[in-house]
Amino acid sequence: MLVSENWLRELISPDLDTQGLAHQMTMAGLEVEAIEDLSPEFSKIVVGLVESTDAHPNADKLKLTKVNIGSETLDIVCGASNVAAGVKVPVALVGAKLANGMKIKKAKVRGEVSLGMLCAKAELGLSEESEGLMLLADDAEIGQDFAEYLQLNDHVIDVSLTPNRGDCLSVLGLARDIAVLNNAALTPPPSKTVYALIEDTIDVKLNAGDACSRYCGRVVRDVDMAQATPIWMAERLRRAGVRSLNLVVDITNYVMLELGQPMHAFDLDKLDGGIQVRLAEQGEKITLLNNEEVELSEGTMVIADDTKPHAIAGIMGGLDSSVQSTTKNIFFESAFFHPDAIAGRARQYALHTDSSHRFERGVDFDLSRQALERATSLLLEITEAKPGPINEVVNEGDLPLREPITLRLARIERLLGVTLAAAEIVEILSLLAMKVTIEHDSEWCVTPPSYRFDIEIEADLIEEIARIHGYHHIEPAVMLGALSIRPQTETKIGKKQLCQRLVDRGYQEAISYSFIAPDVQSLFSPDISPIVLANPISTDMAVMRTSIWPGLIQAASRNLARQQDRVRLFETGACYFKDADGRREEQFVAGIIAGNTLAQQWACKTSLHDFYDVKSDIEALLGGLRVSFVADGHPALHPGQSAKIVGGDDAVVGWVGVIHPQLQQQLDIKAVTLFELKLDFALSQSIASFTPLSRFPSNRRDIAVIVDQNVSASALVACVQNSAGEMLKQVDIFDIYKGEAIDLGRKSVAMGLTLQDFSRTLTDADIESVVAEVVSALKNQYSASLRD
Amino acid sequence: MQELEKLVADASKAIAESENLKVLEQLRVDYLGKKGVITAQLKQLGKLSAEERPAAGEKINIAKQAVHASLEQRRTLLKTLELGQKLSSETIDVTLPGRGQSSGSFHPVTQTIDRIVSLFASAGFEVAEGPEIEDDQHNFEALNIPANHPARAMHDTFYVDENTVLRTHTSPVQIRVMENNKPPLRVIAPGRVYRCDSDLTHTPMFHQVEGFVVDKDVSFAHLKGLLNQFLSAFFEKELPLRFRPSYFPFTEPSAEVDIACVICEGKGCRVCSHTGWLEIMGCGMIHPNVFNATGIDNEEYTGLAFGLGVERMAMLRYGVNDLRLFFENDSRFLQQFS
Repeated sequence: MLVSENWLRELISPDLDTQGLAHQMTMAGLEVEAIEDLSPEFSKIVVGLVESTDAHPNADKLKLTKVNIGSETLDIVCGASNVAAGVKVPVALVGAKLANGMKIKKAKVRGEVSLGMLCAKAELGLSEESEGLMLLADDAEIGQDFAEYLQLNDHVIDVSLTPNRGDCLSVLGLARDIAVLNNAALTPPPSKTVYALIEDTIDVKLNAGDACSRYCGRVVRDVDMAQATPIWMAERLRRAGVRSLNLVVDITNYVMLELGQPMHAFDLDKLDGGIQVRLAEQGEKITLLNNEEVELSEGTMVIADDTKPHAIAGIMGGLDSSVQSTTKNIFFESAFFHPDAIAGRARQYALHTDSSHRFERGVDFDLSRQALERATSLLLEITEAKPGPINEVVNEGDLPLREPITLRLARIERLLGVTLAAAEIVEILSLLAMKVTIEHDSEWCVTPPSYRFDIEIEADLIEEIARIHGYHHIEPAVMLGALSIRPQTETKIGKKQLCQRLVDRGYQEAISYSFIAPDVQSLFSPDISPIVLANPISTDMAVMRTSIWPGLIQAASRNLARQQDRVRLFETGACYFKDADGRREEQFVAGIIAGNTLAQQWACKTSLHDFYDVKSDIEALLGGLRVSFVADGHPALHPGQSAKIVGGDDAVVGWVGVIHPQLQQQLDIKAVTLFELKLDFALSQSIASFTPLSRFPSNRRDIAVIVDQNVSASALVACVQNSAGEMLKQVDIFDIYKGEAIDLGRKSVAMGLTLQDFSRTLTDADIESVVAEVVSALKNQYSASLRD
Repeated sequence: MQELEKLVADASKAIAESENLKVLEQLRVDYLGKKGVITAQLKQLGKLSAEERPAAGEKINIAKQAVHASLEQRRTLLKTLELGQKLSSETIDVTLPGRGQSSGSFHPVTQTIDRIVSLFASAGFEVAEGPEIEDDQHNFEALNIPANHPARAMHDTFYVDENTVLRTHTSPVQIRVMENNKPPLRVIAPGRVYRCDSDLTHTPMFHQVEGFVVDKDVSFAHLKGLLNQFLSAFFEKELPLRFRPSYFPFTEPSAEVDIACVICEGKGCRVCSHTGWLEIMGCGMIHPNVFNATGIDNEEYTGLAFGLGVERMAMLRYGVNDLRLFFENDSRFLQQFS
């Protein structure tokens, strides 16, 4: 909310400079976001009276004027159409600077001397554009410095109010809180009762239950709409960021800014019969002030006459009955609409108005009549008009309740951790206009005022006490608690510990968005129907990811595009799935490699990475966890270079493989290798269990067998393990050879067998017999022949 | 015997001139070997009379020892020289880079979360996590944010359906923990959160850490003390701090915490909009309605809660000047945090 400091200080002016006041407000929860100095950008502008105008001899559209500026009368040439004898206008003297930086010099305009310039609003930076001269009110003193006249020694204070403080959305509201903080009395805005000059009233019916429990209306006839809004009022509106429209609308806005009561004025002659506050019928239509026609939904509260709605109550008026320059008679509305009836409604119609902003936060339900009197008296101060009596309709039983709240000293001290004197508490509450009655020594009954909608329970009162006492007066304290050791399982390692293994192997951690493009999602997981966002921020972030790969691939290709020829990234996080019970989130750890295995270096040759680089990373990642890699197809992976990773209980715990060449082409990236593992599995760990070490030497025998190309390494190793007996400690494949001297479709696999016994040193005969068993098993099961 | 003296002199000369161990070894064989010239002298002793033999024998032995000593001396010298040559030929350039895989890095957001979590863990806080796709009840209702509450407008919410959202904050974890556990509770809950907003200073996904304590006598003074300690520990310096009254539906009283700008130390700069202060976290005492919604007795217990944005903390801690860098995953950026 924007407020003029001068205006605020009319109501309350503590002995603080602007910064000091702003600091005090901020520390009381009325956060000052910015302070704008209004010091004018112009100089040497004074109030002048145009005494006479004469035709310019050499130009039809120009006039020669004589302008009285108090000390002298100047000859000034003027081209504005509204220049006339008797008007008061801002006059830029010779040497003046205008808001746009232009300097005024003594000049000859088409041969006639001009000693200054008569100004329009835009030239003074007081509006974006303007037509004609800025005409000043009669009270403007001839010769007075114009900046002084406009009170431009002012600041606009931008207060960012939290949604609970609807009561502060007015100059009066802010002044009330500032008065409390300074324990000073405020000067309330003038409050006069306007006596009716005519007897006209309109019948008002409240048919919306507790959504509208009070409605004040008043007919005012013979309003002179030609009367301009006085400059002082227009200036205050401008400083509050409100555009000046016409006198009546400006007055309703002014009262809203001053007191916090949103008001509306109807063109009386456009109303047909009485006023009804009622709920809209489904499908009713209204064209609003913003020129948009909306179809009302059932339950929307409207202000209607006998035939049709004229406003969405508390949100925006209708165009038909709006006050225009042609309006003669008006009907002022000042009502209380319940926050629950307004909250969310404006947004439903994609509207947000000053009025809805206030009503949905709560407007003082005792303010309607006062605001209406204020608006009428302002109108009558400015122009002549004939007011009728106020017609106030109230359903007392439907007004919001202000129930007494029990407040306990002990609870205050327990919640805040401070000791406060009972007297201070009562003082704070009284300053806040709460009714306080003493229940016991240290217990009170507190009733908040009608403008506070944020005080319903004891904690709300305690907050107010803390706020006014000052948060900075509450001394920090150290928390005390039981010291206990918490259980911690060794069968699970931490995510950090797991990921450290990847970091140690050159992976950088990436974090990508949880939502991805639907078409990308279906490329990676065509069989999974993703969770779709109802209101995505863009179409390429419209579904929840079912794999981390798309994000990693996007990150990798961005890096490749930025001249990084080697990328290793990993990410941990959730993937999101539909489930029989609704939704399921599962955590994964995934990685991607692009480019060479190693960074280019002098000491070893590096080559393009392949499947086995990533496989070794997975093996390192999983530490002691036993898994098997089973060749299998995945829609995103190369059918001949991919494997599902199978855990101990035959469950698939992840995938690894080179990207499918088709997908690679579709995504237009280099070949990358990917893995993804269920995080829960990767974090699981068996507790180490000791196996005794043999004291006898081990022996190694190498054999090379030739088998069919499609016989897998794991099958050969399993065959060796099954046939070698207990002496076999380890099998290592140390060479695979295809080519010369090996038949087409066959391959040579060289394996090292490490043999050892617990009770003795093995003899050659022992070893030969094991090797013979192994060779024979390989021959029987896989038609293996020994390679010489 | 002149012959013997000459022999020794010749040997000494030859030894001194020998250039390597191989030549030296040949000289040893030539003089002292089984067929060597000095050994041959010894063999001549048999031809001498018994009286002459001891004196002649002694002389030959002296000559033998002299040659032996020369040989050993020369051998030591040559060995030293040879080692020197070998070492010098084996010298490498130790400034060349090492071989193999370089190590990677953790994301700065992860590092910041780890740092925050470990600081609170040292005060006995346990980590809790919750779903990112939340129901309206946990994300809003139980946190005292009913439908149409103006506070909902502050959350630009992503919806999955009418009743399901991407969580807009980590506060629902507080609800879940309070629903399922008995006090005392000291919990810290980091995680991804989502708001439908994207510009220079907003990304549609970011990270928060929520923390809370529920115990018999937790107070606002404790909240101030705890966050004081945390922020000083996080930034590793005593920071001027201020608690400002604010509003969150799920705490009462509520506060915003400002720290003196870590960039300009409170003097005023672009980062702190020339106020000298940085808004760093929100906090407050857990609202009675939150206690009611989770079935914990609000008279028996009190609670404090706080929440902070991880990216903001990371930006201030590491001086990152653009929020969006966190999600571009540029390896040149990531490597700076290794």
